[in-house]
Amino acid sequence: MTDTVDNTQNIPAPEPGKIQDHFDLFQNDEYQDLFAYKRQFEGAHSSNKVAEVAEWTKSWDYREKNFAREALTVNPAKACQPLGSLFVASGFEGTLPYSHGSQGCVAYFRTHLTRNYKEPFQAVSSSMTEDAAVFGGLNNMKQGLENAYTLYKPKMIALCTTCMAEVIGDDLGGFVATAKNEGHIPQELPVPWAHTPSFVGSHITGYDNMLKAILKTLTKDKKAETTNGKFNFNLGFDPYVGNIRELKRILGLFGIDYTILSDNSDTFDSPNTGEFKMYNGLTTLEETADSINAEGTFFFQTYTTPKTQELIAKDWEQKTYNFRPFGIKGTDEFLMNLSAITGKPIPQELQQERGRAVDALTDSQAWIHGKRIALYGDPDHVFNLTQFLLETGAEPVHIVVTNSNEEFEAEIRELLTNSPYGQEATVWGKKDLWHLRSLLFTEPVDLLIGNSYGKYLWRDTHTPLVRIGYPIFDRHHMHRYPTLGYQGAINLFNWIINTILDELDRQTIVPAKTDISFDLIR
Amino acid sequence: MRQIAFYGKGGIGKSTTSQNTIAGLADTQRIMIVGCDPKADSTRLMLHSKAQTTILHLAAERGAVEDLEIEEVLLTGYKGVKCVESGGPEPGVGCAGRGIITAINFLEEEGAYEDLDFVSYDVLGDVVCGGFAMPIREGKAQEIYIVVSGEMMAMYAANNIARGILKYAHSGGVRLGGLICNSRNVDQEVELIEALAEKLGTQMIHFVPRDNIVQHAELRRMTVIEYAPDSKQAEEYRTLARKIEENRNLVIPTPISMDELEELLVEFGLLGGDEEYEKAVAADQAAGKVLTNV
Repeated sequence: MTDTVDNTQNIPAPEPGKIQDHFDLFQNDEYQDLFAYKRQFEGAHSSNKVAEVAEWTKSWDYREKNFAREALTVNPAKACQPLGSLFVASGFEGTLPYSHGSQGCVAYFRTHLTRNYKEPFQAVSSSMTEDAAVFGGLNNMKQGLENAYTLYKPKMIALCTTCMAEVIGDDLGGFVATAKNEGHIPQELPVPWAHTPSFVGSHITGYDNMLKAILKTLTKDKKAETTNGKFNFNLGFDPYVGNIRELKRILGLFGIDYTILSDNSDTFDSPNTGEFKMYNGLTTLEETADSINAEGTFFFQTYTTPKTQELIAKDWEQKTYNFRPFGIKGTDEFLMNLSAITGKPIPQELQQERGRAVDALTDSQAWIHGKRIALYGDPDHVFNLTQFLLETGAEPVHIVVTNSNEEFEAEIRELLTNSPYGQEATVWGKKDLWHLRSLLFTEPVDLLIGNSYGKYLWRDTHTPLVRIGYPIFDRHHMHRYPTLGYQGAINLFNWIINTILDELDRQTIVPAKTDISFDLIR
Repeated sequence: MRQIAFYGKGGIGKSTTSQNTIAGLADTQRIMIVGCDPKADSTRLMLHSKAQTTILHLAAERGAVEDLEIEEVLLTGYKGVKCVESGGPEPGVGCAGRGIITAINFLEEEGAYEDLDFVSYDVLGDVVCGGFAMPIREGKAQEIYIVVSGEMMAMYAANNIARGILKYAHSGGVRLGGLICNSRNVDQEVELIEALAEKLGTQMIHFVPRDNIVQHAELRRMTVIEYAPDSKQAEEYRTLARKIEENRNLVIPTPISMDELEELLVEFGLLGGDEEYEKAVAADQAAGKVLTNV
């Protein structure tokens, strides 16, 4: 390559040990000159023109055009099905999540989870290539299952699909049976499988499909004459591992015998002992098999688990309960009903925690009352947050749910209608974050609640962002805290209220100009 | 290099027509036939073989299309015509449409398109998915010839193919070159196909009469031009070849609606109209034949 122009000669080699991070590096004159030089080849518009159009995108005129969009989605607030499948599968003992598709797909899911939790995440794929697309993925699946079983010795392989396998119509059930019949994997190895095309639904759909498949597979022929006296609990696609631990603490205080259906708290937060442990799912296969004999199953995410709930209610003929133990009211309802259903009194300790949470809310009430809020995320997540915000006297205004559905919208509208603080709210189902950008420009709010992708909205609109949701790539350790129960309510409130106070300091920081109330005490 | 493609309903005689036409062109032109049909019968008359080894068959054996050499699948047949077949997956698995894309990409990467005057694609049935539109996408075949007869389903397919061409006409520049009527001895066949051609905004480029000599040649795995070069039928194919070679009437088709197509068929007596339908139903009822939905 001697005939290309060498543009790198002006950039000095970094001194060893003094390597600049890219934040600083690209501000150097050498790079700035390079960027300026490059512009002539990029056919770029003048910066005036760019600024002019950027300004126009803040207008009502643009908002109307933006909301007239039909075919295009920009920054949807959702991920795709297999992500949810892998997430739920990893909570079971010795389980290897397996994505039937190309390596690129599973690499995406793994990085997505790893970036949120800063933990390694193990999952394998069929490594499907163009040939597999033409001839079908059977050979890839046979080899993939055999390799995965031989190398990683899982107790269960939880199999989901990707777009490619779905478009060409691969027959998962037939493939698994063939792989077993031909001796690639043992007959007795449980291999639940779920069709999870990424172009249908979202990660919560994939969560449901996979969980249903696992439960169906493991509980086959396990129905006993009598119940085992236990209760099953499912948290849905809940990214906070602290919530599983908080739930277990609460159930421990009650003295309730339970099975968490998919306890992936250690998967995403395993102790660093110096030794690598491949499988960290805490729900044993034995417990899962016996979950069919429980007294009932509690669900905390109604809209994440419709198919699983149908399986449990109809096929298992087991009671299902839906509660939302988030915020004060949601936790109250859960604990009172849990007490009524199990016949065990609410522990004193929890009653005291409630008092403390209510106390915390009243301490800061003056700062949050009447604050206008925009929020987005999955249906159940958004519902819980909205209910909590209404309790605190905050006023939800823009509620964006990309993976929305009609039942959810009816339920949340009823919630909003019945609260004096919900009157300004609009539920924007099936809308994306680019819609939200227009909403924030044309009808500004005081606070935005969302995942890390919200930082682009924060950058453009200067709306302070509270990071609650999934994924959170750019802040650490949030997932370790519970958002569930009274303790969780305090955490949520802490994040929200202190963002408001931080922003207030930032707005009053200019000496002799805006710092009239740059108060020490808030 | 001109790239043409033959489309048409399955069983209409595409492969026979296309190979005979190519045989007629091969005296003066350097040609490659690309068979895009999983049953791989687009080159048998040129190669005098049952069916040639296809790209995808070998790819399945080897595990990947990258493991093939072009010489293994690109054979030379009658009058130096190069022959290749894409092949396809087993029935019921995988994706045949993607297979055609894979095969054509392979041919391009391996330089199969060099030093040619004509490339002819022979494509299975209808344009059922994106893969079967591959030969008319991305600047490949620029002229499409639809093989048709005066039967309802053949005409229905022809109209559908015209719709496929229209879809890519503005982006890729593909044009309809004309309808080739491969006669089935239907009444008023010429008039019917000419009427259809007019509605589609194109021409009936040639009417190929029915002749048993085609079957005799096929039995010997030959084109009529090779088997009976002096026959009347061979002359028909040579005429078609010349017409295609000289064809400048390339259009963006104007496909018609189902209703229009039905009207055309009623007009030519292939279908009864609404009136006749009601009359027939009334007659059945009078005779006590009541249709029940059980």
